[in-house]
Amino acid sequence: MERISKFVERAGWPRILIALFLLSLFVIAPFVGVRLDSSINDTLVRFGMNGVLVLAMVPMVQSGCGLNFGLPLGIISGLIGAVTSVELEVTGIVGVLTAILIATPFALFLGWCYGCLLNRVKGSEMMIATYVGFSSVALMCIMWLVLPYSSPNMVWGYAGKGLRTTISVEAFWQNAVSRIGAFRINEFLAVPTGMFLVFLALCLAMSLFMKTRTGTAMTIVGSNPDYARASGVNINKMRTLSVVLSTWLGAVGIIMYEQSFGFIQLYMGPFYMAFPAVAAILIGGASVKKAGMINVIVGTILFQGILTMTPSVINNMIQTDMSEVIRIIVSNGMILYALTRATKVRS
Amino acid sequence: MEQEVLLRVEHVGKSFLGNRVLKDVSFSLERGRILGLVGENGAGKSTLMNILFGMHVIAETGGYEGCFYINGAKADFHSPNDALAAGVGMVHQEFSLIPGFSVTENIVLNRESLKYNPLVEAFGERLQTLDRRDMKKRADEAIKKLNFALDGETVVSELPVGHKEFVEIAREIEKSGTQLLVLDEPTAVLTESEAEILLLSMRRLAEAGIAIIFISHRLQEIMEVCDDIVVLRDGEVVLTTTPSQTSVREIASSMVGRSIDRAGCAKQHIHYTERTLLSVRGLWVDMPGEIVQHVDFDVYDGEILGIGGLAGQGKLGIPNGIMGLFPAGGTVIFDGEELRLNDPTSPLSMGISSVSEDRRGVGLLLDESIAWNIVFTAMQNQRRYLKPCLGGLFRIRDEAAIADCAQKYIKELEIKCVSSRQRVRELSGGNQQKVCLAKAFETHPRLLFVSEPTRGIDVGAKKVVLDTLKQYNRDNGMTIVMVSSELEELRTICDRIAIIDKGIVSGIKSASVASEEFGYLMLGSNEEAAV
Repeated sequence: MERISKFVERAGWPRILIALFLLSLFVIAPFVGVRLDSSINDTLVRFGMNGVLVLAMVPMVQSGCGLNFGLPLGIISGLIGAVTSVELEVTGIVGVLTAILIATPFALFLGWCYGCLLNRVKGSEMMIATYVGFSSVALMCIMWLVLPYSSPNMVWGYAGKGLRTTISVEAFWQNAVSRIGAFRINEFLAVPTGMFLVFLALCLAMSLFMKTRTGTAMTIVGSNPDYARASGVNINKMRTLSVVLSTWLGAVGIIMYEQSFGFIQLYMGPFYMAFPAVAAILIGGASVKKAGMINVIVGTILFQGILTMTPSVINNMIQTDMSEVIRIIVSNGMILYALTRATKVRS
Repeated sequence: MEQEVLLRVEHVGKSFLGNRVLKDVSFSLERGRILGLVGENGAGKSTLMNILFGMHVIAETGGYEGCFYINGAKADFHSPNDALAAGVGMVHQEFSLIPGFSVTENIVLNRESLKYNPLVEAFGERLQTLDRRDMKKRADEAIKKLNFALDGETVVSELPVGHKEFVEIAREIEKSGTQLLVLDEPTAVLTESEAEILLLSMRRLAEAGIAIIFISHRLQEIMEVCDDIVVLRDGEVVLTTTPSQTSVREIASSMVGRSIDRAGCAKQHIHYTERTLLSVRGLWVDMPGEIVQHVDFDVYDGEILGIGGLAGQGKLGIPNGIMGLFPAGGTVIFDGEELRLNDPTSPLSMGISSVSEDRRGVGLLLDESIAWNIVFTAMQNQRRYLKPCLGGLFRIRDEAAIADCAQKYIKELEIKCVSSRQRVRELSGGNQQKVCLAKAFETHPRLLFVSEPTRGIDVGAKKVVLDTLKQYNRDNGMTIVMVSSELEELRTICDRIAIIDKGIVSGIKSASVASEEFGYLMLGSNEEAAV
C-alpha cells in the first residue's frame, strides 16, 4: 500500500488518470473494430515523430525562460535545411544529415537573436515567445515565395517559382532514419527503431549536458537568478545558450518529423507546432520551471497516444468520419488542461 | 486578580507527513495578559499559530490533535475567516499589506465605512461609496492606540519596514471584535526605539483587555513586556513561567536544551598579523537603501573585522559592492592584486566569498537540494565536484562527492534535515543560514564577507553560526569581515570594528573598547541627534 501511494505521489494523479484513459482506449479499440496492432503502430510512429520537438522544451524551461512557444523559429530553420537538402537532391540518410547540417547555422543565428530578445523581456518570456513564433511564420510565408529555389519537386507548377505548401520527400529521404534497424511484426505493426534511437540518443545527450558544469549553471539560473549571479554565473549568457539549444533541437525535431511524415509543410505549417510540444511536456509532469527527460518521454507517449487513439476509437463508435474534428477537440483540450495544470506551483 | 480565561489550549499536537512538530501542547491565556511564546526556529511556534488561526495548510496536511477553547467555547477553525470572526487577529512575519494603498485604506481594508448614494437603489449595496472621512477617523484612532506617529495618507510602499509593522497591528486592533492578538516576531524588523514604542503599545492594548500572544527571539523584550512565558522545544512545552520567576538565561537554556555559555566570553588574544590583505580606497556603491559614499579601510590578514552601524547607513553596501552585486567604483586591492568591480567572478576567482544578508533572495536556491546549494559556487568557479565522462570528453557532476561534502557540513554545522537531498525551502531559518555558510566555506575563501549572519535566527543556531565563524578564523586562518546591526554580537567575535555612518567610515576601533564609544561613532559627529 505504501509503495502504491509513493508511486502515485511521484507520478502524479493527472498522469495516472491519462495513462488509464489511454489504456482503456486500447482495450476498447478491438471491440469497436479498430485494429490494435495498427493503433500501436500509429502511436509508436507519432511518438518518434514528435519526441525531439518535445525535448526542445527542456533547456529553456530549465534556464527559467519558460516554455518555448517560439518553437516555430527553430522549425523554420529546420524547414530551410529540409528544402535546401531536397533542392540539392541528396537522398537517404545523407539527405537527412544534409538537412540538419544546413539548418544548424540558421538555428544558431536565429536562436541567438531570439535569446537576446528574451533577455530583454525577463518575466514575460512566454508571451513574447508566442509572438516571436507567430511573426516569424508570417515572415517566412513571404520568404518561401521569393527564395530562389527551383527544383521542380518543390515549386508551383504554373509559375515555375515559389515553394509549394506541401512538399513530398518520398523520393529523397522518407523514413531514412526510421528505417534503420526497423523491424516488422506483422502487416500492420512495424517498429521504427532508427527514429527511437535518435530520439533516445538526443535525450541522453541532453541529460548528460544538464549534468555538466554549464548545464548545472543553466538549471541554477532558472532556479534563482540572483543566487547564480552571486556565484559568478553570467545569467544572460546561460539563458541565450538555452534558447539556442531549444531552437536547434526544434530544427532537428522538425526534420525527424518530416522524414517520418513524408512531407515538408511550409507556410502556415509551423504556426501551431509549438502547442502540442508544450502540452506533451506539461502532461509529462514538467512545470514551467522544471523539466526532465522522464517528463519528455512520458508526456510524448501519453499525449500522442491519446491523440492517435481517441479519434479512431470514437470514429468507429459513432460510425461517421469526424476524426479531424475530434482530433482538434482532443488536442486543444489537452493543451488547455495541461496549461491550467502548469500554473500550479509544486511545493 | 480574578480574570477570565480567554484562550485555553489543550493537548494540541500536529505532525506533517509523519514528522511530528507539536506534541501535547497545553497552556492558557487570560484577558488583558501578554503571553510570550519562545522557542528555536523549528520548535513549532508557527505551526501552533497556524492551528490557532485556522490556516488551510493545517487541514490540508491532516488536521491536528487536541483542541483549544476561546472564551470557554470549543473552537475549530476551518479557515482564517472563522478565526477572524471569533476575534483572533494575527500579524504575520511577512507583511500582508497592499503596497499601492494608503495606510488608512490598508487599516480598514474590507471593513470600509460606507456611504449611501442613489445607485444603491438600482444596483444594491455593493455600489455604496467609501466614506473617506470616517475611514480616516477610524484609522487615526487605531494608530493613536499604538501611540506611534503614522500619517494615514502615506502610501504603504513608501513606508520604512518598521512602520509597516505598525500598520499591520493597527489593522488588527481596528477590527472591533479582536480579543486575541497574535504578533509573530513583530520586533525583528524594528529599530530599537521603534521596538520600545511597540512594547509600550502592547501594554496599553493589554490594559484595554486584549490578550496578546507575542512571539520573539529577543528574550529581553519577552522579559520586559510579558505576563506569562511559554517555552517550546521540539514541539513540546518545556517551561511555563512568569518573568519574575525566571531569567533570560533560564529561558535561553531551556529553549536550546543545553546551557549556553554567556555569549560575551572574552575574545582570545589577537592572533592576526598587521599584514594588509584587503585594502579598500574610495569605494562607492549604489545599493538602494544602503548607499556607500566613500569608504576607506584595510583588512588585516587573519583578523575578524566587524562592520557596524545603524540600518540604512551603508554598511551592507560594502560587501555587496565588493562582490560585484551592485554598481560600485573605487579601488579594491586584494593581496596586491586589483579587483575588478562590477564583475562577480573577479572576487570569487581571487578567493573572496560572501554570505548574503538576503538569505532567501540571493543566498539560497530554495527549490534545490541542500547539497546543490552548498557545492554550486565551488563547482562554477573552481570546477570542483566534476568527474570525467565518456573517456574525458567532457565532465559531469560528481553526485557522490557532492553528497559527501553536504554530509560533512550537515554534521559539522548541525544542520537539522532529513537528508542532503532535502529542499532548502523546507528548512528553518537558522538551518538555512547554516547552508549559506557551508556554501561560502566550500569555496575555501581566504577572505569571507558575512552579512547579518544571525538575523532572524534563534539562540541555538546563532551560537553555532558564531562559533563556526570563530573556528574557521582560528583554525583555517580565514580572514572574516562581518557586517551586523548587533553591536554586542560584533564585540564578542571581532578583533576590530568599523562603524559606518552616512555612507562613510566614521571610525575603526578595537573591539575591546567600551560600547559607548561605538555608540558615539554610530551617531556621527552630530551629537544632538542622540536618542
